[in-house]
Amino acid sequence: MSGDPILSVDRLSMRFGGIVAVNDLSFGAERRNITALIGPNGAGKTTVFNCITGFYKPTSGAMRLTHDDGHAIRLERLNDFRISKLARVARTFQNIRLFPGMTALENLMVAQHNALMRASGLTFLGLIGAPSWRKAEQAAIDLAQTWLDRIGLLDRADDAAGNLPYGDQRRLEIARAMCTQPALLCLDEPAAGLNARESAALSELLLSIRGDHGTSILLIEHDMSVVMEISDHVVVMDHGIKIAEGTPQQIRDDPKVIAAYLGADEEEAIAVMESGT
Amino acid sequence: MSASPAAQTSRAPGAAFIFKKALISALVALVLFSLMIGVRTEAGSDGQLTYWTRFGDLAAMVAAVFGGSILVELLRQWWGPVGTVRVVPASVQSTLSFAGRLVAPVLLVFTFLVPVLFYDERYILDLGILVLTYVMLGWGLNVVVGLAGLLDLGYVAFYAVGAYSYALLATNFGLSFWVCLPLAGILAAFWGVLLGFPVLRLRGDYLAIVTLAFGEIIRLVIINWQSLTGGPNGVTGIPRPTLFGIPLTPGDDGLAAMLGIEFSTTHRIVFLFYLILALALLTNWVTIRLRRLPIGRAWEALREDEVACRALGINTTTTKLTAFATGAMFGGFAGAFFATRQGFISPESFTFHESALVLAIVVLGGMGSQLGVALAALAMIGGFELFRGLEQYRMLVFGMAMVLLMIWRPRGLIGHRAPTVFLKTNQAISSDLVKEGHG
Ligand SMILES: Nc1ncnc2c1ncn2[C@@H]1O[C@H](COP(=O)(O)OP(=O)(O)OP(=O)(O)O)[C@@H](O)[C@H]1O
Ligand SMILES: [Mg+2]
Repeated sequence: MSGDPILSVDRLSMRFGGIVAVNDLSFGAERRNITALIGPNGAGKTTVFNCITGFYKPTSGAMRLTHDDGHAIRLERLNDFRISKLARVARTFQNIRLFPGMTALENLMVAQHNALMRASGLTFLGLIGAPSWRKAEQAAIDLAQTWLDRIGLLDRADDAAGNLPYGDQRRLEIARAMCTQPALLCLDEPAAGLNARESAALSELLLSIRGDHGTSILLIEHDMSVVMEISDHVVVMDHGIKIAEGTPQQIRDDPKVIAAYLGADEEEAIAVMESGT
Repeated sequence: MSASPAAQTSRAPGAAFIFKKALISALVALVLFSLMIGVRTEAGSDGQLTYWTRFGDLAAMVAAVFGGSILVELLRQWWGPVGTVRVVPASVQSTLSFAGRLVAPVLLVFTFLVPVLFYDERYILDLGILVLTYVMLGWGLNVVVGLAGLLDLGYVAFYAVGAYSYALLATNFGLSFWVCLPLAGILAAFWGVLLGFPVLRLRGDYLAIVTLAFGEIIRLVIINWQSLTGGPNGVTGIPRPTLFGIPLTPGDDGLAAMLGIEFSTTHRIVFLFYLILALALLTNWVTIRLRRLPIGRAWEALREDEVACRALGINTTTTKLTAFATGAMFGGFAGAFFATRQGFISPESFTFHESALVLAIVVLGGMGSQLGVALAALAMIGGFELFRGLEQYRMLVFGMAMVLLMIWRPRGLIGHRAPTVFLKTNQAISSDLVKEGHG
C-alpha cells in the first residue's frame, strides 16, 4: 500500500515470557480510512493495541504516527498518557472501561481533561472562577452535549454511566474517546455484545466519525458484517503474525484467511464466508 | 460492570441459610473457646499443674455466639444496607430526603451560634473546637481517600509537620500565626509531594503500609532530632494567635482593653472556635470548588478507573501527587491551629491513633461526602465524650455502634455521590456504582 499512512507499524514484536503474542508484524493505516484488524481469538490483536497506545512496551519494532502537518511521532518512545496527550491516539477497551460512578456527561468532561486543565490555569484560574475558565467549561459541556446527542444519549446525560444498558455504554466509550479530539481512534471490538440493529447504528456512527471529523480509525472486530461494510482496508492476524492484507473483498476470498478461521473456530469461518454473500 | 439491575434482586436468605451460618459460627467458637475457656489451668501450691474444666461457661459462650450470629443476620436483613431493602414507603423517603437537604444549613447555623448559646460552658466550647478540628482533618483526608481513592494511613504526619512548622517558626523566628499558617500548609504539602513520589507506584495494601510507615517515621524523627524539635519534651511557649496583631491578653494593649470590656479567658476560646470554623469552612469551600474543576474530576476518575484515565491522556502521577499535596496542606493548616491552641506540642499528640481516627471519620461519613464526614466527626468525637460516664465500657459501646452502623450503611452515613456537573437533573448516584479506589 502507498499513499499517506497515519500509522505505520514496522516489525513489531511483543513477548510475554515464552509466549510470542505479536511476531514481527508490519502494517499501515491510511489517513482518514477505517483499517480493520481481524483474526481468531488469541491472535494478538489486543496486544497490538496495547503497544500502540503505550500500555505495553514492545519487545522490538517501531510505530510511527504522522500528523496532518507532517509531524511524525515514534509511539514506542512515549509512555502511556503521553500517547493520548501528544500523539492524539485515543482508544476504547475490549471490556468497557467507563467511570461507572460518574454520569455520562462527567465521563465526557474527564476526557477533555488536558484542554480544561490548560483553560483553568492549572486549577488556579478555575478556583477564583475567572471568566475565561467559565467560557472554556461551557464550551466543554457543549462539546460533551454534542456527542451525547450524536450517540442518542442526550436524555440520559445525568445518569450514572454504570447504570446505562450495555450498548449505550459501548457508544459512550467511543464518544468519550472522541472528546479527546484524537487523530487516530483505536476501537477494540466495539460491536461485541450488540444486536443487529445496534451494530448497524454503530457502523453508521463510525462512518460519520471518519467523514465529519477526518479521524482515522483502527478497528478490531469479530463481527464480519461490520468489518466488511465499513472497512477500507483489512489486516488479518493469526498467532501473532500477519497472514493477509487487502480490501474487504480480497480478504473474503483469501483461502489463507478462511483456513485460519477454520482452524480456530468453524462458526467464525462460516461467518466470514457468509457475510460476503 | 454491565450487570443489569435485575441481577440484584437476590432474595433475602432464608431461615436455613441463617441457621447454617450461625451453626458455623458456633462451631468456630467451640473450637476456639474449648481451650481458652473450657479448660482452666493454674500452677498449684508447689508448682504442679492443676486444671479443671468449665464446660458450663463454654456452653454459654457458644450459645451466645450462635444467638448473636442469628441476631446479626436478622438485623442485616430487616435493617440491611440502603438500596437492597425498601421497607420505607416512597412518601416517607421523599420527606426524609427533603429533610436531608436541610441538615447542612441547619448544622452550619447551629455551629455559628454555639459560642453564643454556650458562652458560659467552657467544656462545650472546648469540645466544639475539638470536633471542628477533626471535621477539618476529615475533610482534608477526604480529598486523598474519598475523592482520589488513595488509602493513606499516615495522615497524622502532615498534621505533625504543620504543628511543628508553626511551633518552630514562631518560637525561633518570632513569626506571627498569620504568616506561619500558609507556611505550615505549604511545608505540609511539600512533604505530601515528597511522600507521594516513592509511593505512587504502589497500590492498595502496599500504599496503605508505606503511608503508615511514613507517619511513624515523621514521629520518630521528631522524637530523635532533639536539637531542633526538643525531642520527647516537645516545644513549649508557642505564641497564642492574635486578632491581626491585637493579642487576646489582659494587658493594656489587649483586645479587651481596647474595646473597653472586661477581660475574660473565654474570649480567646471563642476566638479559637471561630478560627477553626473558618479554617474548616475554607477547606470545605476549596474541596467543593476543586471537585468541579478538571483536577477534581480527574481525582474521582482515578478512583473509578486508573487505566481509563491513562488512555484519556491524564497524567496519573501528577494527579495523585496533587491529591496528596492538597490533603496534606489542609492537614498542615489544622496542625498549625492545633499548636497555637495548645501552646505546647509533643510527639505524643501525633501517633497512629490519630491517623486511624481521622480515617475512621472519613470511612464512617461515606467516602467523598463532605456532609457525611462532618456528621461522622461529630458522632465520633462528640459521641466518645458522651459515653465518658461508662468508663471502661466506652470502647465496647463505641465498637458496637460502629459495627451496627457498618451493617446498616456499609458505604458510610452518606454513601451516594453527587455529580459535579449536570445538564437537566442533579440526581445522586447510588453508592453501589461508585468505586472505592484501589490504591
Ligand atoms: N499481559 C499478558 N501477559 C501474558 N500473556 C499475554 C498478556 N496479554 C496477552 N497475552 C497473550 O497474548 C496472546 C494474544 O492475546 P490478545 O489478547 O492480544 O489476543 P486477541 O487477538 O485480542 O484475542 P481476542 O479476540 O480473544 O480478544 C494470548 O495468547 C494471550 O494469552
Ligand atoms: Mg482482544
